[in-house]
Amino acid sequence: MMFTPVNLITGFLGSGKTTLLQRLLADPALADTAVLINEFGEVGLDHHLLERIDDTMVLLPSGCLCCTIRGELSEAIKDLLSKRERGVVPPFRRLVVESTGLADPFPILSTIQADPVLKHHFRLGNVITTVDAVNGLKRAESIKQVAVADRLVLTKTDLAPDSEALVAEIRRLNPDAPLWRAAEQDIAAAALFDDAIHSPLRAFPAAPDSPHGAVHSFALTFEGALDWTMFGIWLTMLLNRHGDRVLRVKGILNVEGSATPVAVHGVQHLVHPPVHMAAWPDDDRRSRLVFIVDGLSRHSIERSLSAFLTVERIAA
Amino acid sequence: MWLAPQKKVPRLRCASLGMTAMCALCGVLGGAGHWTDAVARPGVFTRTAEPIERRRERAARVVQANRVLKHYRLSLSDWQGASFLLSTATGKTEIVDNLTHLWMAAEKLLGRPCDPLDEALIGSMS
Repeated sequence: MMFTPVNLITGFLGSGKTTLLQRLLADPALADTAVLINEFGEVGLDHHLLERIDDTMVLLPSGCLCCTIRGELSEAIKDLLSKRERGVVPPFRRLVVESTGLADPFPILSTIQADPVLKHHFRLGNVITTVDAVNGLKRAESIKQVAVADRLVLTKTDLAPDSEALVAEIRRLNPDAPLWRAAEQDIAAAALFDDAIHSPLRAFPAAPDSPHGAVHSFALTFEGALDWTMFGIWLTMLLNRHGDRVLRVKGILNVEGSATPVAVHGVQHLVHPPVHMAAWPDDDRRSRLVFIVDGLSRHSIERSLSAFLTVERIAA
Repeated sequence: MWLAPQKKVPRLRCASLGMTAMCALCGVLGGAGHWTDAVARPGVFTRTAEPIERRRERAARVVQANRVLKHYRLSLSDWQGASFLLSTATGKTEIVDNLTHLWMAAEKLLGRPCDPLDEALIGSMS
């Protein structure tokens, strides 16, 4: 059964989501793409900009994706699915959801993965976040949007050429997502939408452990193979208590009994199905985990995970 | 004719909703597709593909979870190969379907948080 990937384009108000989408939709790689947008404070402007994809576009009537997301977004996607099955709309092979600038990305991702109908037809693809180089990361919403991104696009770099400080700030929040500068670089849709979640993760760079307010990222490494069962017990326990503050956890694990690594990827309470990678990306056989957290201590997380994994080792 | 006595089945409650009836969220009648029990398909790491592998993983989960739960004086056991029973020392029991429900149910039974970052828990496991 083929799952249709769903990509989320998020970014703060005025950060260039629709401009990016317009630019991407001209790319032949996105020829079979349906787009779901919503209007919020822009009086349907997005709709007019994107009218050429009329049949496969649904305009969410209430505007705000973040409040009634479960009902409205899932209904909109189910409607699209139904129309596709009946041949009313072209057989799209990808769905792009453009969220409002104020939306928390998590409920949108959660809807796709948890809805009893949608989860059998769709799977989550990359989350693409636009960051406005002029206004930067001034709001809590934009910090969260950057934290959950799989791909980052820095927009308006022609208006703010000196964006090195902003890039460094973004890197502290999200050390591993590839970043494009919209004004200077060509953005190939294929690269942006390529499924990093379902393909081998590249090796993580050493994440700087410097706080951005309460939100910060860090990388943990563990020697030797770890017990998958105990890791699952630990991560579910952590997310049950602190899921709201674990903006993201991502990594490759050396799992006992598995010759190739397992990639895990979670956003708050939501954890993607673990990916059994075909091969190690390099000679490093250590488990590597990157956390982006809000107000949690690296020291506590590291001590806790080590204690859980050690108790298993002693018992084994 | 001799009939085997019926095994006493504990009163089961839905951990997530606190209801006595079964509910779709608990997944007793249909798994919710938790990431630790992911449906086997190409590229996905799971231990549910083969029945023996699934049972071995469930058994390991009970053993490992009990190493953590003993700190709270709770215990976990397999129930019908489909769900798990989480019990207090006094026998108060909840049925749980997956690891996320386990921690929700544990906190409900205890009336306090189960925090993996709690120094007392870390100390007891180190």
